[in-house]
Order: sequence, then structure tokens, then C-alpha cells
Amino acid sequence: MGKTIKEINERIKSGKAVVVTAEEIIDLVREKGVGRVAREVDVITTGTFGPMCSSGALINLGHPRPRMKIHRAWLNDVPAYCGIAAVDIYLGATEMAEHDPLNEVYPGEFRYGGAHVIEDLVAGRKVRLRAEAYGTDCYPLKRWETELTLQDLPDARLFNPRNAYQNYNVAVNLSDRVIYTYMGVLRPNLGNANYCSAGQLSPLLNDPLFRTIGVGTRIFLGGGIGYVVDRGTQHHPEVPRTPRGHPRRPSGTLAVIGDLKGMNPRYLVGYSMLGYGATLAVGIGIPIPVLDEEVVESASVSDEELYAPVVDYSVDYPQGTGRVLGEVSYAQLRSGEVEILGRRVPTASLSSYARAREIANVLKEWIRSGRFLLTEPVELLPCPDRDRKGGEGS
Amino acid sequence: MIRRKVVLHFPREKVDKPIVSKLVRDYNLDFNILKASITPKEEGLLVMEITGEDEDYRRGVDYLEACGVEVQPLSQDVARNDERCTHCGACLAVCPTRALYLDGESMEVVFDREECVACELCVKVCPPRAMEIKY
Repeated sequence: MGKTIKEINERIKSGKAVVVTAEEIIDLVREKGVGRVAREVDVITTGTFGPMCSSGALINLGHPRPRMKIHRAWLNDVPAYCGIAAVDIYLGATEMAEHDPLNEVYPGEFRYGGAHVIEDLVAGRKVRLRAEAYGTDCYPLKRWETELTLQDLPDARLFNPRNAYQNYNVAVNLSDRVIYTYMGVLRPNLGNANYCSAGQLSPLLNDPLFRTIGVGTRIFLGGGIGYVVDRGTQHHPEVPRTPRGHPRRPSGTLAVIGDLKGMNPRYLVGYSMLGYGATLAVGIGIPIPVLDEEVVESASVSDEELYAPVVDYSVDYPQGTGRVLGEVSYAQLRSGEVEILGRRVPTASLSSYARAREIANVLKEWIRSGRFLLTEPVELLPCPDRDRKGGEGS
Repeated sequence: MIRRKVVLHFPREKVDKPIVSKLVRDYNLDFNILKASITPKEEGLLVMEITGEDEDYRRGVDYLEACGVEVQPLSQDVARNDERCTHCGACLAVCPTRALYLDGESMEVVFDREECVACELCVKVCPPRAMEIKY
């Protein structure tokens, strides 16, 4: 027995698809068992909303008259990468506005960077473009300054090389001074433990061996439609796993793309990390087709069964020692306090569970109403554990 | 029973005298010091929360004023821009009074202004910059 994505899409089109979130499926499986849920449910929706530094916008500005081969460009004073074709630019989320004091007055505030430009564009606000060129026979214009909005751009794609980390470190500080990191402010002597994952709602933790999420998967991205285009950078599937196959370390990642024009600033927010830099909070929701019982088994995982490594960000992380202080479950993290090295440590999250839940519910409604169909992956993401398991099973 | 947050300004010449301890001994008032700064050349400044019976509170404030201490209600306030808050929880790591806490049901960050002592630690730590200082 089993369902195909084609069959599930037929049920979505006829308005009969049964869709539940990755949170709802936990109790459903406890109540009815994996077999019955696999028969009754068609799609499981996941969600995550957190800072994802490896993000940016790939923009085509359209040609001014006369034409221009842009050599340097700034959007609201944030420099964009121009080393591609004449009016194509890439605006990275963490790039800072020129003349920002950065960490000169420590800890720096990093109030406005590429992520904030992206949020401004998506919110429909005007953005100032400044561009310079050396001029060529075919592209003579040397200076261009104008105000533009997202609608003025011929193409604007959110193109994120690494998003949706499958599990992540819990950051602590063993030193005796406050440190400012991409994982937030860490108070001295284990003053707090910061984590960043939606746990039981997180897309890749619900498909731990990448059996359904692959190249070409259509997703909720920043409030609009996007696609998984490849494994993300730093995709490391070879990590220790729980008996049910869920990674105990940061593992898989996704590269995603989507049209900025359909997105919503509620799900694409410019963040300022004190003493660290700017970054973009990205909302991602991924549907998981219920192909068989194994899909349900993996997606019914709860925060009690998902573990994250605790890492010291004062020495071990910056020096790359690889030392892990221990493991804690997401249920413990979400309770507000965890035990690390025999001490009770208060926790704080950088990933918004409330908004992850909201995204899973929005995607659920999109699928239920028939406006979002599932796609067949063109290729699965690398995962030796899946391939080994598949070999044993058949 | 009342609970008030006040700012006390001590004139330079009174900085080295024990004054507030009498609030406990002679006026049955409890206090919790939220912020204190004294520099040799300036006046002393003390932000504290006073708890006690109405009558004791009034007598206590009269006593402070008689000592030359200026008593002001705490007017500085931290407010949250609810449109910008993404309910991540980064602020929970620094809030000293649990005025910011996570609601276990909705998983949203709740801001209880009654508990806020306007230390402002959350303002710069908030990634979307949703916490604002109001005067």
C-alpha cells in the first residue's frame, strides 16, 4: 500500500485532501496509530521562522537609458554584488550599509543591512538605488541614481544558498564575560542557553532522511511560493542519529528560491543581532506527502525525542574545537530551563515557534483550498543513511 | 497595599548618609533597588520599587522629601511594537524580572508592563527591534 504524489494532488484538486500540521500529527498518531493515520492523512505541513544568514535577493534592475554595465551598486546605501551581467545584482542579507560603525563601538547595533532592504522592498517601500560604472561602447552610462519599488524591478528573486537547518546548536557561554553572537547575547558562566529550531514543527526534522523533500519541491517561502533548488551549503547528512533516524547534530540544509513579488513582510523580517550583524528572518513551510507509514512515523516525532547539542560559544565554537558539552531535548529547551554541566540554565529561542506554527497552518489552508499542489522531487538530496536503509528494506 | 516604582534624586551632600534603610525600619516599607548610580561630583540616583500600606508609603515619601530627596514616579517606560515582534524569545535571555516571558500555550512572548523595571536590556537585544523606549 502507499500513495503517490499524483494521487494526493488529485485529492487536493477535488477538495478532499486531509491535511494536518506536524504538530497535530503527534497526537493523531498517539490516538489512532501510524497505520490508520497513513491511510487517512494525505499531507503533513511543517513550518519554521528564524534568522537565516545565508539569504539574499537576486535582482535584475532593468536598463536605464542610455544602457549601463553596473560596476558598483548600493540599495539604501547597502552595497550589492555586481560581478555578474550588466544590470544583475545580488544583495546579501548580512551586508551592512556603508558607513555603519559595525563593531567599532562594541557591541555594534547593526541596525540596517541587506536583510532590511529586502524587507523594505517586500513591504512595498521605496528604496534608493545608486550605481556606478566605467562605461563601455555598448553600455555608456556611468552614474545612475533613482528611487524604486519592488514592482519596478523586472526580476527580484529571494535566492538563499542555505536555509532551514535540520537541527542546530544550543549556544552557551562558559567564559566570565558577556559575549555577543549570531545566537544572541550569551551571559557569562552559563547564564543562558539559546537555541534556534522549530523542533517538532521544523521541515527537515520531519523528513529526517530526505525521503520526500528534494530538488524541485514546492514550498511556502517568505509568505509566497518558492522551490527547493538543491541541497544547501554545509549539507552534512552523516551525523549521529536517534533510533528513529533524526539527526542529533546540525545536519541537512536547503537552497531555496522564490519570487519576492509574491512574498509578505510578516514572513521576511530584517534582524539586527547585537554585536554580530544583520540577518534575515525567513519563514519556510514545506509540505510532506504521506506516501507510506514511514513518512508518518518520521513526522510524528515530538520535541521529547529530538535532541540538540550544547556548544560553548566563548572558546569551543570560535576555535572550532568540535567539543559538545552534552545534549538536551527540544521539550526541555521549550520548558524554559535545561540542565547543563549540573547547572540549571534558563533558555531562550531565536526561532519563533509561534510563527512556525502559523506558517504550517497557512500552508495547510493553501493545500486544503486547492491553491497549492505538491511536486515530485526531480532528485533526492544526498543522504547515505537513507540509501543504506533503502537497501536493507527491499 | 501599594506598589510603586520611583526615582529618588539625592542631593550631593546627602549621598553618604543612610537614608532609605529607614523606610524599612521606621515605615514598614519594603523596597527593591532596580538601579543605582552615584558619582562623586553629581547627585545620587536610585530607582526602586516600594511596597507597603498606603499610609506608610505617604509617610515614607514625606520623610524622604524632608531629608532633601526628590521623589519622582518612574516615567520612563519600555513599550513593545506588536507589529514588529516576531515572538522569537531572544529577549527572554536578558530580561531580569520576567516581565517578558513565553506563554506555553500560544508560544508567544508576553510583555507584562507591570513587571518591567525599564532596564532597557531588551531594547538592543531584540532582533527585529520591537522594544522601544518611551519617555
